[in-house]
Order: sequence, then C-alpha cells, then structure tokens
Amino acid sequence: MNNKMRNGIFTKISFYGILTIISLIMIVPFLWMINTSFKDSTKIFTFQLIPDPFRWENFLEVLKSTPFHLFYFNSFYIAVLVTIGTIFLGSLAGYAFAKLKFKGSSLLFLCLLSTMMIPVEVVTIPLFLFMRDLGLINTHVPLIAIPILGPAGVFGVFVMRQFFLLVPKELEEAAKLDGCSYFRIYWSIMLPLAKPAIATLTIFTFLTSWNEFYEPLIYINSKELMTLPLALALFTDEVGTKWELLMSASVMATVPLLIIFFFAQKQFIEGATMTGGK
Amino acid sequence: MEVKVNANTTKELPIKKSRKKYFGSEAFYGYLFVSPMVLGFFVVMFIPFFYSVYMSLTDWQLLGDPNFIGSENYQRLVHDPDFWEVMKNTLIFSGGLVPINIVIALLLALLLQRNLPGISFFRTAIFIPVMTSIVVWSIIWKYMFGTEEGFINQILGAFGIDGPAWLYDPDLAMGAVIVVSALKNVGLNMVLFLAALQQVDKNLYEASYLDGANKLKQFWHVTLPMITPTVFLTLILTVIGSMKVFGQIYVMTGGGPGNHTKVLVYYIWENAFKLFDFGYASAIAIVLFSIILFFTLIQWGVRKRWVFHEQ
Repeated sequence: MNNKMRNGIFTKISFYGILTIISLIMIVPFLWMINTSFKDSTKIFTFQLIPDPFRWENFLEVLKSTPFHLFYFNSFYIAVLVTIGTIFLGSLAGYAFAKLKFKGSSLLFLCLLSTMMIPVEVVTIPLFLFMRDLGLINTHVPLIAIPILGPAGVFGVFVMRQFFLLVPKELEEAAKLDGCSYFRIYWSIMLPLAKPAIATLTIFTFLTSWNEFYEPLIYINSKELMTLPLALALFTDEVGTKWELLMSASVMATVPLLIIFFFAQKQFIEGATMTGGK
Repeated sequence: MEVKVNANTTKELPIKKSRKKYFGSEAFYGYLFVSPMVLGFFVVMFIPFFYSVYMSLTDWQLLGDPNFIGSENYQRLVHDPDFWEVMKNTLIFSGGLVPINIVIALLLALLLQRNLPGISFFRTAIFIPVMTSIVVWSIIWKYMFGTEEGFINQILGAFGIDGPAWLYDPDLAMGAVIVVSALKNVGLNMVLFLAALQQVDKNLYEASYLDGANKLKQFWHVTLPMITPTVFLTLILTVIGSMKVFGQIYVMTGGGPGNHTKVLVYYIWENAFKLFDFGYASAIAIVLFSIILFFTLIQWGVRKRWVFHEQ
C-alpha cells in the first residue's frame, strides 16, 4: 500500500514536471520578448528580470519610425474582408451542396475538394503574372480574393456542408410550404442555425489571414500597403540588431491576438481540430 | 410556389414554360449558390495549376517573350547541384521535424488527457505558439538563438559554457530551425490526438483491466491501435506541411549559412521572385506538387482501408 502511494506521488511529480518544462519552453520566448521590448539598447547583453531603465519609449520609437498603425489597419481590414467573403460564399455553397439537388453536385464538390491538395506555392507564379496583367500587383486585391476563392475558401465550403448535412430536412420543408425562396431559407433559417460552425470558421479564417506571410511578400512592395507579418519580417532586415525595437514591434503585433485567444480558446481549438480532420 | 408558377405559364410556349420553370427551381439555385466558389476556384487554382505545368516547359522570364523549350528546365534541374542540396535539406528538415513533432504531441496528449488540476493551463500554454504568426515566432527564436544577446547562450554562459553561433553554424542551423518549427505546431497535433483519445471506448479499458493488462500494455494494445488512423493522418499532414516550410527559413536564416537551410519553397520563391526565372521556378514547383501528390495518394489509399475502423 505504502509502495503504491509512493508510486502515485512519483507519477504525479513526473507528470507535472514534464508538462511544466514543455510549457516553459513555449512561454519563455514570449516573456523574453516582452522583457526585451522594455529594455534599453545598451542593456541587451545583460540579463535583467525587470528592465532598468524601463523604457516605454521603445514602443513610441517603433510607432514613429514606421507606419505601424497602417500595418495594423491593413492586416485587420484584409482579415475582416477575407473572413466575411469566406463565410458568405462558403456557407452559400455549403448549403447548396448539402441540401439542394442538382445534377453533378457531388462531382463538383469532389472537384473542389481534390484540388485542395494543390499547394498554393505551385499556383502562385501564374497567379502573380495574371495579377500583373490586371495591374493588381502592389494592391490588396490578391491578398483578399485568392484566400476566399482558393483552398482556404474550399475548406470553408467543406466545413459548412458538413454542418448543414446534420440539419433536419423538416425545417426547410416547412419553410418551403410557407413559400420561402431558397435564398430566404438560406439566409433566415440556415445561417442562424449555423452560428457555432460560423464562429469556429470565423476565428480560423481570420487567424490564417492575419498570420499570412507568403502572399503579402510576393504581392506587396510599398511600405504603406504592408501587413503586420510582412512588415515585421522586413523590419528585421532594416533594424538589424536593434532587438529592443524589434521586440516592441513583435509585442504590438502579438499581444492583442493572444488576449482574444484567452477569451475564445474553445473555438480556436475546435477550429484547429477541424483543419486536421479534413 | 410550384403551383403558382404553373398557373402563370400555362398559356406560354412550351420552351418558355420549361425555361421559366427552370429559373427558381431547386437545381437553378443549386448552381447559382455554388457558382461563385466553383468559378473562383477555376480561376484561382485549376487554370493556374495547368498554366504552371505549361510554364515549366518554357524559358519564361520577367521581360521578353516565353519560348517553348520542352523538358529543358527539368534537365537543368537534374544537373543543378543547388537543387539537389535543396532537396536534401528539405528531407533533413522533414525527417527531423516529423518524428519530434508526432512523438511529443502524442506524449502531451496522453498526459493532458487526464483530468488533473491545472490541465487547462498547460493546454493553453502549449497551444499559444499555434496561434502566433510564424514570422513573430521565428523572430523571437532568432533572438533566443542569438550568439551573444540570445537567451540560450546567456543561460549557457551562466554555467560557464561558451554557446555556439547557432544560426551561423552549418551543423547547427538546420537543427535550430527544426526545433523552432516543431515547437510551433506541436500543440496543433496534440489537440488532434486529444480529440482521438476522447473517442476511444472506455469499456475497452475496463475489459483489458479485468484481463490483467497494466497501463503500458493498455496503451500498446488498446489506445494505440484505436488512434492509429488519426496518428497516420496527422503524420501525413505534418509531412506535407514540412515540405512547404518557408516563413521560419526566410526569417531565421535566409537559407544560410551557405545553402545549408535552403528548402524547396524557398528555392521556388528565390528563382521566381528574386531572379524572375519563372519557367525554371515552375519546374521546381511541379516537383513540389508531385511530392505532395504522392503523400496525398498514400493518405487516400490508407484511409480507404481504414474506413471500417473509423466507423
């Protein structure tokens, strides 16, 4: 009995030990980032638990030397538009694929799904030339249109279709008898029902767009049109080893998202599980 | 509604009647609702894909007219030592990342599956990097790995160890990038495994317990076989993801030192958007597509065999 108890305590200690170590590895970089963001440039090479002098001015310096508010605005409005577009077109097509009977619907759906395996990196070169011919290089149009219509959008269709398949037929039948059009059924019955799926898809889409790096890198040249990840990556080259400024910029780019994450953790994790399930 | 339409159209010609019937029919709305996505996908993915194949057979540059040159780009690939180094680096990256990621994710899922106090804190902590942009995560870690200013070498220095120049050492740079990438996404795979573990029938554990199986035997003979489909799918998704690594390489090493961390997508990007050698870059992109197609087909093949199991 005594032996068993000792065993139990040992298991618990190693259990919490392993988890603490791994969690620390995940969190320490962020604490280090926040720590450095307040440091004086001469103190970069010294370890200080609380930076001394404590410099709020690093943040002001970043805001002064770069149009940081523009990066924020660009990232934000692009992510919002991509999310709205994905939710609207994805749920519309998802509803049709799940509930409406038309010839070739399963074939079309399969076509969409199977092309999801084409990596975006493969089609980027022709798309770049295509956008160039349309004069859309160095605009936000490719950053908004391509995700909505590309693999991310198809993923949205897939998620919404799976959801609508579970909605009982009786609901629509009743609406049809009342003389509702299909768009009415979609808009006033299906969409409100799909709130949980939409919430998860919203968070997932927004986050993917907010963090996207490859496409902005290719399509955007002007500073004032850059999104946060692109601006940060290029800022790295620009300021070189001024780590305190780079970390202030990183804090500003990350912390708002982390705060949202703490409040909507469940949806974030559900969204992640869905992606893996595809 | 149908009745109404019929009543209005009885006097019109048969063709018009059927046409009018078609507008407003279920099929009409079906096509209407899916058309933006289907058309968009043709324009954004389908056509560009075949265009990419065509471009790989031309000497397309930024300026000047493209000429059809057949398989010349592919022959050039075979004789390009940089390409083979890039392939080798991609394999090293994948071969390092995938096992680390899957094993740690599985271990974490098994630990976090239990309902002990404090569990949700650990789950959150491990999931935070998944939400963070790869650019920010890589910038922080570039700094962590800094030769003099970095956290790691400062810690090592406290123990009197002179830390190496991690990201500038040909032998260490790739290892550093692999660790950073594994940490970034281990939380994602962990969540997938957790979901799979919750699906395992609790009765199986009870039955095996009554049969005298210990914890290790239970894991080996009950848990692992039940979650194998998920582990396999996650494995393939992780392999495919590792083939497309770009952001962390761009930020942390820029492919260096030398060419030691240059990977496939980085090489595509460099050829297409730095050297503007679109034809050659397209040929490399088609190689990337073929690799990913190969793994996707494996996934589909195995998934079919597991359908019964998944139900």
